Amino acid sequence: MEQKKNILSVKNLSVSFKMYDKGLEQKDLKVISNLNISVQEGEILAIAGSSGSGKSLLASAILGILPNNASVDGIMTYCGMELTEELQKKLRGKEIALVPQSVAYLDPLMHVGSQVVGVRGTLEKMRTAFKRYELSKEVETMYPFQLSGGMARRILLSTAVIGDARLIVADEPTPGLSKEMAKDAMGHLRTLADEGRGIILITHDIDLAFEYADRVAVFYAGTTVETAPVEDFRNGPESLRHPYSKALWEALPQNGFKPIPGTQPYAGSLPEGCLFWPRCPVRTEACMKGEIPSRSLRGGEVCCIHAT
Amino acid sequence: MKKMNRRTKTVMLVIIIAGILLIISAAGLLMNPALYEPNYAAKKLPPCAAHWFGTDYLGRDMFCRTIKGLSNSIMLGTMAAVFSAFMALFLGIVSASVGGRADKIISYFVDLVMGVPHMVLLMLISFSLGKGLKGVVIGVALTHWPNLTRVIRGEVLQVKNMQYVKASKKFGKSNFQIACHHIIPHVMPQFLVGLLLLFPHAILHEAGVTFLGFGLSVDTPAIGIILSESLKHISTGMWWLVFFPGIMLVAVVMLFDKLGDNVKLLIDPSSAQE
Amino acid sequence: MLLEAKNITFSYTKKKTILDNVSLGIEKGERVALVGPSGCGKSTLSQILAGYMKPDKGEVYFDGKLLPEKGYCPVQLIYQHPEKAINPRWKLGRTLTEAWEPDQELLDDMGIEKEWLTRYPIELSGGEMQRFCIARAMGPDTKFVIADEMTTMLDVITQAQIWELLLHIVDKRNLGMLVVTHNPLLAERICTRVIEFDKM
Repeated sequence: MEQKKNILSVKNLSVSFKMYDKGLEQKDLKVISNLNISVQEGEILAIAGSSGSGKSLLASAILGILPNNASVDGIMTYCGMELTEELQKKLRGKEIALVPQSVAYLDPLMHVGSQVVGVRGTLEKMRTAFKRYELSKEVETMYPFQLSGGMARRILLSTAVIGDARLIVADEPTPGLSKEMAKDAMGHLRTLADEGRGIILITHDIDLAFEYADRVAVFYAGTTVETAPVEDFRNGPESLRHPYSKALWEALPQNGFKPIPGTQPYAGSLPEGCLFWPRCPVRTEACMKGEIPSRSLRGGEVCCIHAT
Repeated sequence: MKKMNRRTKTVMLVIIIAGILLIISAAGLLMNPALYEPNYAAKKLPPCAAHWFGTDYLGRDMFCRTIKGLSNSIMLGTMAAVFSAFMALFLGIVSASVGGRADKIISYFVDLVMGVPHMVLLMLISFSLGKGLKGVVIGVALTHWPNLTRVIRGEVLQVKNMQYVKASKKFGKSNFQIACHHIIPHVMPQFLVGLLLLFPHAILHEAGVTFLGFGLSVDTPAIGIILSESLKHISTGMWWLVFFPGIMLVAVVMLFDKLGDNVKLLIDPSSAQE
Repeated sequence: MLLEAKNITFSYTKKKTILDNVSLGIEKGERVALVGPSGCGKSTLSQILAGYMKPDKGEVYFDGKLLPEKGYCPVQLIYQHPEKAINPRWKLGRTLTEAWEPDQELLDDMGIEKEWLTRYPIELSGGEMQRFCIARAMGPDTKFVIADEMTTMLDVITQAQIWELLLHIVDKRNLGMLVVTHNPLLAERICTRVIEFDKM
């Protein structure tokens, strides 16, 4: 397989928030730690994990729109350049685009056409984007509340394609859509990827991730526990590397519906060592201390000393 | 020393402001009346070491009179604001939770009172009640409830439709139980901030209506009386009679406003983590 | 017929009717799933079945009688967003005992830990909060449970955990159940009968 160019790579990212503890004391709360992902040209990387695993925060960190009381550590590189705050500011909405969850992200009092043009686009570009998504001319002068669900999806997509985005972050793009519409939306993302863009698909709908992504990164308690080609997730637990990924697979209604006990730990009371050890069926003494490094295994990445 | 974080600073500020206001009201309340009695030996003195704010044409010490007047205003404001705020709480909750005709009637009165200029209504009420303390307190109280009523009505309407309130109903809870356990605690922060922000209004309007002669009687040391008396003497060059009491009134009003804003910063969840 | 909806019609605005003459009956001992895409009116129907809203036309019968409007409702609804079904200002112990006093056995069945009782909702995850919502709704007078997209917002492991717990209690107490979901695989897994919403 030829080596494709990395669009974005994130290494050892950590994000912490300054929060008030009891009364007037402030403390740092680490919500993302030791997180690694990379996106290549033409691929959809799905990020799967439960709420509280840090998925949406990662999106904010990439776009540089974290709230003021957050601090970021680690290295993010975009097409070989370090992704600094200034670069984020320059690229945001242009080369790095966000496809938000719903029309609630649009200004309800503005025609969608002019919103898609935004500050950087032009009328022509907007028209091309609309044509591409089969949006008629009347749609330009509609208000967000007049859009049907499917139209809304296509509008949100056209905001992303208008600025020649090379990296698209799609945050939970399908909840609330019917199966056909979800398929349609994912089809559009697929086409955008096939044109050479990198796409990060954030979702808690694992079935969706399994169906459309090229690779899947599994998040747990603010870190990546496994990144693997999607075929491995389709094949089942034997092909998977991390015990948490296996547990996810086995908990799906179609594959056994078997839960493992316990809950994801909270930021602020994370266990020592591997974050998953308290729930892990194959843990040993060695899992409970020290940092567990990410390593390559059978064409994927995994954070587990026992994975084979 | 560690740098103070925002919440600590806000709490400190709230304590300091509340302290200043408490000291002023206590000082006025406990003050020996002899301190602001006429003293014909010391008439029309400009500000000096013995009389910080000078004395007036009867030789009364203006500093003591001002403090006493402010203290009176704060007391009065407290009474009127508390009365007004509770009225707003009651009407707001009734309006939103009973709905229907009660809501329409209350909303009509809100619009009615808001539509008439405060001062005019206040003068009318105070005058018809025979002026004096009673007239001012009731007048101020009856003119200041509509804004807060609206806010509370909106809050209640919102919380009333929350899933947990609806669920509570299906657990067989009565409307009264729901109001006590879910609704009132929910509007409490809004209520407290609204109450604090009513103070400056109440005080200014009290001073205003008194200044115009529809409020407290001439012999009470109230800021409004002091200002209206002093205006007559300003042409004779006794500037200090107006200047200091005026400045102090503005300062107290601004302190209350700041207090309200800071308490809001602490209570409001959207700014609580800053 | 344990729970029966007869000719329910409902609309939020005059223009669009969400439910048009919908009828539905659930027998004793059945576990029925109602499947359809979001926005089609499933949630509205479940709110009507649980007595949260009144239909424009039609009636809901429970055990042959009209659903009571006042007092404890024998049909209890578990909602999609647990954080909205719990008063954010209350400690969870208070929320748990709002409707009745659950015994230790139920808390163990639901996997509710003692220390959670003294916490505020914001300090718990969605799955943990959902356990409280379920336990709260399991009073002795509850005869029927409607789960409206109960686990849609949860990850698959928590979803499997919650369903395992709830089904255990439903079986033990022989409760009726309606599961509203957009996920046909989930419906098939847990229910004895699946109704597709658009074919009703």
